[in-house]
Amino acid sequence: MIESDDFVNALREAGFDFFTGVPDTILGGIIDALSRQRLYVPSVREDEAVAMAAGAFLGGKVPVALMQNSGLGNALNVLLSLHLIYKIPCLLIVSWRGFEGKDAPEHLVMGRAMPQLTEAVEIAHRTPSPATMADDLRWAGRAVTEQRVPVALFLKQGVVKTVQP
Amino acid sequence: MRPEEGVMQSRAQAMHALFGELSDQPVIICNGFPSREAQKIRDRPGNFYMIGSMGAAASIGLGLALAQPDRRVVVFDGDGNVLMGLGTLATIGALKPANLTHVVLDNEVYGTTGNQPSYSRLVRLDQVAKAAGYATVERVWEREDIVYEFKDMLKRDGPNFLLIKVNEQIEEAARVAPAPSEITRRFRAAVGAE
Repeated sequence: MIESDDFVNALREAGFDFFTGVPDTILGGIIDALSRQRLYVPSVREDEAVAMAAGAFLGGKVPVALMQNSGLGNALNVLLSLHLIYKIPCLLIVSWRGFEGKDAPEHLVMGRAMPQLTEAVEIAHRTPSPATMADDLRWAGRAVTEQRVPVALFLKQGVVKTVQP
Repeated sequence: MRPEEGVMQSRAQAMHALFGELSDQPVIICNGFPSREAQKIRDRPGNFYMIGSMGAAASIGLGLALAQPDRRVVVFDGDGNVLMGLGTLATIGALKPANLTHVVLDNEVYGTTGNQPSYSRLVRLDQVAKAAGYATVERVWEREDIVYEFKDMLKRDGPNFLLIKVNEQIEEAARVAPAPSEITRRFRAAVGAE
């Protein structure tokens, strides 16, 4: 399992320098690590998070928005009618709740649909393991800084260390 | 009839007065007719015209203000947009970006889709902003007050909230001309990000 501080350092090495989002248990360690480094700007909704990230990109930042996959639903319209048409990139770090149907009922439909949902709107995604993480972050960094598109990393439980609630 | 209706400006008139006070400050303009009217009144690379993502104007402005804390950032918002992203008033009030001035052109209707009434005639958005923690909040409708308060807010530490009550009149204005990706390119160049 990746230490959350190491994960944050790897994000920064990949070029990312603006971090916002809405918490999830899977993301707790990352948000803690970002907050300790005074790098995290909390949002109240995921559509706000991706719009704030877009504003940060307009100001020269390379942004990341963290969210639970339920929040991907909230963020979708802003991603479609702002990021994708204005060529505004963002790395979405989306926790994969409902993976393989093992979660609370409210996570199961999105847990099943998430890959196809993002593919349907042409947002590329990867699902890193500890072994592939370095390569996946380089891929995300290139997509955001060179191709200027939003891309998603789906984060399953147990890939990056989190905090106990 | 609202008591102040007789002296209210149209949104286009109010925006004309606001643009008169701006030099190179970037402006995020909400979707619908506000962006179209702004393009007609004063097209400039520092105008970010939204054509979609309703409700997101203030959060885009907030992200820019946080990314460039030494630059004054202005948002031209609408009442329908503010109501859709009402949580962002809390985020701005909590983060308190000193360089952000949030102007709301409040016509109390969804004007772009045929003047369906919005809740801003029943809910005082300026009081919501005040409660959320904006540093300065003003509610105006006459041209000289619009100019006076906006000029003051451009110098004052924010976040500032200027609610301008405007009438429902819509200026005939063409759709936003540049392609969205071109709006991004020229805006980033205008704020030194490209």
